[in-house]
This record gives sequence, C-alpha cells and structure tokens, in this order.
Amino acid sequence: MLEIKDLHASINGKEILKGINLTVKSGEVHAIMGPNGSGKSTLSNVLVGHPAYEVTKGAVTFDGKDLLAMSPADRSHEGLFLSFQYPVEIPGVSMVNFMRTAVNEQRKYKGLPALTAGEFLKLMRQKREIVELDSKLANRSVNEGFSGGEKKRNEIFQMAMLEPKLSILDETDSGLDIDALRIVAEGVNKLKTPETSCIVITHYQRLLDYIKPDVVHVLYKGRIVKTAGPELALELEEKGYDWIKKELGEQA
Amino acid sequence: MKAEQQYIDLFTHYEALICRQSAEVLNAPRAKAFADFERLGFPTRKQEKYRYTDVDEYFAPDYGLNLNRLEFPVNPYEVFRCDVPNMSTSLYFVVNDSFYKHVHPSAQLPEGVVFGSLKDMAVSRPDLVKKYYAKLADTSKDAVTAFNTMFAQDGVLMYVPANTVVERPVQLVNILRADVNFMVNRRILVILEDGAQAKLLVCDHAMDEVNFLSTQVIEVFAGENSVFDLYELEETHNSTVRFSNLYVRQEAGSNVLLNGMTLHNGTTRNTTEVQLAGRGAEISLCGMVIADKNEQVDNYTFIDHQVPDCTSNELFKYVLDDRAVGAFSGKVLVREGAQHTSSQQTNRNLCATRESRMYTQPQLEIYADDVKCSHGATVGQLDENALFYMQQRGIPLKEARLLLMFAFVNEVVDHIRMDALRDRLHLLVEKRFRGELNKCQGCAICK
Repeated sequence: MLEIKDLHASINGKEILKGINLTVKSGEVHAIMGPNGSGKSTLSNVLVGHPAYEVTKGAVTFDGKDLLAMSPADRSHEGLFLSFQYPVEIPGVSMVNFMRTAVNEQRKYKGLPALTAGEFLKLMRQKREIVELDSKLANRSVNEGFSGGEKKRNEIFQMAMLEPKLSILDETDSGLDIDALRIVAEGVNKLKTPETSCIVITHYQRLLDYIKPDVVHVLYKGRIVKTAGPELALELEEKGYDWIKKELGEQA
Repeated sequence: MKAEQQYIDLFTHYEALICRQSAEVLNAPRAKAFADFERLGFPTRKQEKYRYTDVDEYFAPDYGLNLNRLEFPVNPYEVFRCDVPNMSTSLYFVVNDSFYKHVHPSAQLPEGVVFGSLKDMAVSRPDLVKKYYAKLADTSKDAVTAFNTMFAQDGVLMYVPANTVVERPVQLVNILRADVNFMVNRRILVILEDGAQAKLLVCDHAMDEVNFLSTQVIEVFAGENSVFDLYELEETHNSTVRFSNLYVRQEAGSNVLLNGMTLHNGTTRNTTEVQLAGRGAEISLCGMVIADKNEQVDNYTFIDHQVPDCTSNELFKYVLDDRAVGAFSGKVLVREGAQHTSSQQTNRNLCATRESRMYTQPQLEIYADDVKCSHGATVGQLDENALFYMQQRGIPLKEARLLLMFAFVNEVVDHIRMDALRDRLHLLVEKRFRGELNKCQGCAICK
C-alpha cells in the first residue's frame, strides 16, 4: 500500500529525514517510536504534503501512485489521513460545514454525487457514535474550545467520516486520560478492516496495548534504526532508548 | 482649480431653483451650510478625519445634477422582485434622491408611523421635520455634510411615534439611475420617539454603467428605551463614489444596532458618529467590507460617551483582495463623568494579496476613571495551519481559502437581528467571494 524509498526531507534547509525506507502492506499496523526530535512528526507531515517541508531525495508510492506528486487534498482523496498531534482550531467554520465540504470533495474526486443534507446528517450521526462525540461538539466551530481529549476524539471522528485506506496517528495518545485513550483506541479498532492500514506514532507502550502493532520501528536521527515485532515496544518501555543508541555505537 | 469652486458657483447660480424645488424646512439651513462649505472647502488628507480619502479628487469631475426634479422613467417594482425566502419587508424605493411615490400596497405600517418623501413631509408636517432636520448633522464641522445640506432637496422621513413597534422590517432601496455621469444628494431622517421600535434595511444600487457620485446624510434620533436596527448594504459598481455621513443620537435606555456592509463598490467613505446622550444607552456598531480590484472603502467612526452607564460595541472586518485599499479609523471618546462606560472596539482585516492595503487607526480618549474600555486591531493573512488542516481533509486550497474568508466576515453577518436577512447575507457573501457577484445585478437582496 505504502512504499517509502530512501526518503530525505528538510525544513528551512535543515535535513531531518536522512533516508527512510518503509513498506506498509494492506491490513498492517506499524508503530513508529523514537526519542524526541528523531523525525517522527516530520515523516508524517512529509507524507501528507505539508508545504513547509521539502523532499530532497527519494520516492513514495501509495497504491502504486506517486504520492509526492499529488496535492495535499488529492492525497486525502486517495485515502491518506493524518490524525494531527495538534488539531487546528478554525473559528467560524462549523464542524458540519467543514465535514460536508470534505466528504463531498472526496466524492467529487471519486466521481460520486454529493450527499444530500439528510444523507450527510445521518452519516454524521452514525460516525459520531464510534468515538462517543457529543452532538453539541458537532455543531460548534472546528475544534474551537474543545478540550484536548475532545480534539483527539474529533480527529478519529473525521477519520471515520472519510474512511481512509491509510491512517497516520501522530501522538494521538498525548494529552489523553485513560478513559479518553480507551475511547479513541477503540474507535480506531472499530474502523480497522483487512484493507486498511495504520501507522501509529507514539512515545509510549500504553496506546499499543489497545492498538496492537504488527511491526514496531525505531526512528532515530532521521533513519529507521531498528525494526522488530510488538515485543520491541515493550522492551523500549522498560529500557528506554539508550541501549539502541549504544547498539549504534553512541554514548548514552 | 480646487473642486469646491465649481460647486460654490453652482449653488450661487441655482440657489433659488434648488429652494423652489424643495421645501421651506429643508431650505432653512442652506445658507448656513453654504457659508460653512465656503469656509471649510473639501477636506484634505491633512485633516485627521479624512486622512485616507482625497475628497477633492472625487468631486472634481463633472457630474449632472437634477436640480429641476425631473422624474426618471423607471418603475422600480418591475426592475426589482424580492424573492428572499421568508423575508417579508415593507418595501420602498428612492430613485436617485426622489422618493418613489407609487408605493406597493403590500407595504404596511402601523398607525401613526410615517415612511415617505422628506420633501412632502416637510410640507405636511413642518413642525415634526423642523424639530429634527439638520439638528444632528453639523454643517460647521464636516464639509461633506455641509455640501449635502446645500444641495439635498428630498429623501426619506421615517417617523415612529412613542411606544409603537414596527414588527415588519422596512426596506429602502436606493436606485442610482442616469444616462450621464451623475450626482445625487440624498437625505434620510429617522425619528423614533420614546419606546418605539423599528428595523430599517437600506440597499444602494447603481443601475447604469455611468459614473455616479452620491452623498448621503442620515440622521437618527433614538428616543428613550427605543430599539432601532439600521442595516446598510452597498452593492454598486466600480465607477460609483459614495460619501455617507450617519449621525445618531441616543437617549436613555435606547438600543441601536448599525451594520454597514460593503459588498461591491467603487470608492466609499462612510462616516458614523454616535452620541450616547442618555444613561444606559447601548450601541452596536458593525461593519463588513469585501473589496477587490481597485475598490476603496474608508470607514470613520466616532462614538461619544457623554453620560454614565452606556455601552458601545464596535466590530469591523475587512477582506481586501487584488489592489483594494481599506481604512478604518475608530474614535471613542469617554467624557468626564461618563462613569461605568463599557466600550469595546475590534477591527480585524485580511489582506489576501501583497498589493492590497489596510490602514487602521483605533483612537481612545478617556476622561473618566471608572470605565471598561478595550480596543484591538489586526491585519493579517489567512491562517496557514488551518488551510493545511483543511487540505489534509480533502478540501482543495481554493475552497479552504473561501471557507476561511466566509468564516472571517460571517462574524459580522451574525450580528444581524433579522433571521432572513442574515441567511440571505451568508449566501451573498459566498457568492461575492466566488466572484459570482461581479457587478450590481440590481438588488442582490431582491433578485
């Protein structure tokens, strides 16, 4: 589904990603862990086409198509979704208007007719239940005045609405209490099908207790330095990253 | 030659004609207005109040005037068909500066309420008009007001007697209609006695592709505990110049909402001066500007807190595209002894291109010590983070920009206290941003 080859990217002339290679197949859940500043968020931003980042080398294909050649909106239409680490507040744009525009733009891209107001509201109601999102929130401006937990739930709600093929969850667990974490994780699991994949970026094992990864990668200084099964996450939780740095021949 | 000389000559030559075609009460202040105009001349940009609009330049070209009061052959009811869903208004027209007398019978007003030709009323109710006319619009302080007072021959009187509630909004459509470059000097007088309530929507439209210059002076007297909404919607074209001076005096406990919306224009200068003269008076003063190409919009506002316990809320928002120029000067004066004043002023602006310009100047003068006053002004671009967030959800950049721009100005539209008008304006704003409202299509509200 996703194939990243020797990806290099920089921001303001500073190289952050220094040759990433990663393949994600349909139905797989990959966890990406790593210390602060290793390039995890840069990787997700580059994949969704954030204009601040410049790809200097490498290639990314998504379902066989050249991802890097697409506009951010088309990447979304093709089925790529990012749950933002810091969801953006958009005062004055209602959730309903925002989601209706997003859903109908995707349908237009796929050659489908726009949903009627009735169909759309019904869809919203159904999907809202997945993350137990209060109907009051759905009537407000996008993320405006939402608590940290509500913002993250709102991300998963949007994911449910757009039904992406590949979702990237960028530190979706940050700022969540235990209950909110469970609701968000269960939401993600409910949306999981054998055809969809997920990249979970996290610092902690606790999210992975709920969303079970097939593969765990460690990103360090812009490269994937270690790849293993789910047990790697447990080992990291216990021992930290120092042993990996040692393995790489660095001083802790 | 400075532009004022031609008008001084014009007035000197035609004063008798102007007066003959008007009414005694309206003629009374002309001589003083003329003396004031001769003394003041058109304001220059050196004057604080007119820093951003070169008045002289706009009055310099030749315009035709209809001092003889010839009737223009137009039936506004044929040109305009109001199909705003659920918006039922009492509809009236002013063609250039003449009140259109053949009012449709669907325009219904409660007993005692007057809405009609200022000139006619000045004859039939001279006591009423004399008491208020030109009493707020001080010709000695503003040359445009003096100019308008010299030349204005007609316009509209709205009178709501004490404790009368006009439930149905009144809509006044100003039509600019001429075959040659043309000047219009229009006058509106609104009198709400104690406890009266009314809503007035004024729409400006230019029917012909000639150059128009209009001056307008509106005086509003809001009696004790009266409630008044005034919505002004300008929807003209790029060769229209508008100078509008609005004067409001509020007595104790009155509540006034002024909302000026410039959707399409050429050059616009709006002056709004509000006197909070009675305790507990409240003013909500809003403005919205959407301008592109070479359009210019300059709003000058002055809120005068004269007595204690008054509230003023001011919100102006501009979206400027292409080479559009916007200006906002907002002065708030809290006089000595005007304790417990609450005053808030906000001016937010979006410049969509590098060539567009915004000048903003908040001015607070406070001479009382127990007050709550704030002001804020920003000029910026669209939020890049929000734009990217929307694109990630599949909303193309162009659409995302539009959504943010609607959201930006809709804050002003949401202040409208007429549901149908508010809904209609949401649509109009959208059309305007999508470029589907390229020039005046007749009354966009009505068509």
